[in-house]
Amino acid sequence: MVQNIIDVRNLSKSFDISSKEPGLKGTIKHFFRRKTKSLKVIKDISFEIKEGEIVGFLGANGAGKTTILKMLCGLIYPSEGSIFVSGYLPYRRKENFLKNITLIMGQKQQLIWDLPPIESFYLNASIYDLDKFEAKRRIKKLSEMLEIDEELFIPVRKLSLGQRMKSELLAALIHEPNILFLDEPTLGLDINAQRNLRKFLQEYNKETNATICLTSHYMKDITSLCKRVICVHEGAISYDGKLDLLLKKLSPVKEILIVCRSEEDAIKLENSSFTVKNKIKNEITIKIENNSIISSLKTILNNFDIEDLFINEPPIDEIIGRVLIKKDYDI
Amino acid sequence: MISKLIKRKIFPLLKVQYSNMLEYRVEIALWAISGIIPFFMLNIWTNNNLNESINISDIMLSRYFLCAFFVRQFSVVWVVFSFEEDSLMGKVSPYLIQPLNPFFRYFAQHLAEQITRFPFALIIAFFFFIFNPESIWIPNLSILFLSIVSTFLSFLIQFLMQSIVACLCFWTEKASSIERLLFIPTLFLSGLLAPVVSFPAYVKSWIYLTPFPYLIDFPANLLSGNETNISGGLSIQILWILLLFPLFKKIWSEGTKKYTAMGS
Repeated sequence: MVQNIIDVRNLSKSFDISSKEPGLKGTIKHFFRRKTKSLKVIKDISFEIKEGEIVGFLGANGAGKTTILKMLCGLIYPSEGSIFVSGYLPYRRKENFLKNITLIMGQKQQLIWDLPPIESFYLNASIYDLDKFEAKRRIKKLSEMLEIDEELFIPVRKLSLGQRMKSELLAALIHEPNILFLDEPTLGLDINAQRNLRKFLQEYNKETNATICLTSHYMKDITSLCKRVICVHEGAISYDGKLDLLLKKLSPVKEILIVCRSEEDAIKLENSSFTVKNKIKNEITIKIENNSIISSLKTILNNFDIEDLFINEPPIDEIIGRVLIKKDYDI
Repeated sequence: MISKLIKRKIFPLLKVQYSNMLEYRVEIALWAISGIIPFFMLNIWTNNNLNESINISDIMLSRYFLCAFFVRQFSVVWVVFSFEEDSLMGKVSPYLIQPLNPFFRYFAQHLAEQITRFPFALIIAFFFFIFNPESIWIPNLSILFLSIVSTFLSFLIQFLMQSIVACLCFWTEKASSIERLLFIPTLFLSGLLAPVVSFPAYVKSWIYLTPFPYLIDFPANLLSGNETNISGGLSIQILWILLLFPLFKKIWSEGTKKYTAMGS
């Protein structure tokens, strides 16, 4: 049986936020008497993640995804509840725990800006107690997987964003962590760089059975990497389960564009039992429920003279967008 | 354990930070030049014959201020500014989840900067001796060694004091403003502007209870050959480090509980 590597129970986090009224009067009042209030940004959440799983955290801006990742990796203390990651309390930041994890934040860098990435790699290797030989082996292996070579010897400030992100990944993975926390790793990257990064993460997961927790606003990152998603809405979990199931639930019908050989056939189809969205000459768009697609298509092909047909999936961004603004999804 | 830490982590850090500092050699040369306050002070003292009132000869006074310049060059600390910026920009976050306290990075940065600064400081000293050839002297090796130790201890005291203030970033975000409060006594009481021996008796009666005279005055007097209590001075420097280090550890551990990882 696959073990839970992350176990979160009734986790909450509050931040003290100070507020100020606008204008000079507000500024003076704020100077003498600062009003602060406690804002609960994570509300009593619980979940487990199994070893080797890739889980996507979905949510609108400010929903609390990044705060959850920061608590999981031990960067910030929880206010209530318990977290165990790989058997450790993350916020204690024990050496063995830290050697087991990594956090990668898109647009935030740990590489030394004025030096080539290779210098930062060897530095990280020594911080993680790797000897030179082992560090060299891992740099070679990871740079092959990430397809970077000459870039290793060029100062970071002269690298493109994509090359920099690959180097950041290499620096963050040199100690071969078992758990990866990735916060918007593809932010700002072009389509090819995004695809390469996803490919790399898939390979890394396959090769090392590493657990990956990922947040991203690019749906392609989520759909191509994550079988499971956790949707966060205003600090609470609104859905935790398989991505496929969520998509089916949120998009129960498919639209099918049918091109008939003659307009008469299109009229015959329009008058049949199918739900018609629109009809233009011999082209007709109908809606069919996901669970009856095959039988409906058989009926259409057997009874009507069809020239061509297209099955349109609703855009995934649109479906996920609906998740981000809704509180609960019972699947 | 400490030697393993130094060998496996601090040396590689130092090597990388030195390479990084060499990228900024022009800035470092300018910083070295900007540290010539002691020479201005020497000029004021000698032009006004102020040294006569404290029975220090012109030569000894010029040596004192040259040594004050050297000690300052190798004990200057700016960790509060680096940490504050990194903390506000979220750059501390990746370092916090590495198995090495981020302050080791800043520590290595400072040491690397000192190594880079060394040749520039020597050039400035060379010019000083051209204009003041009578001040040339060669300290004996044991005094030179003890002065280097004392300067390093002075650096450690200042690094710890500023690191403690830097940790206040976890509560106030603008810890550098608090550091300004430290800057004034450091400037006036450390011996950078005047040897502590020239201070009025009532000031001297309490000034030695603070760490400030051990930051510049003591190592500068030691190196310049002025009469000073070597073992007493070194012991007090070590005592301050032993007092400040646990305080730093405590404030660091409390501060990281407050960390909100803003900017990241």
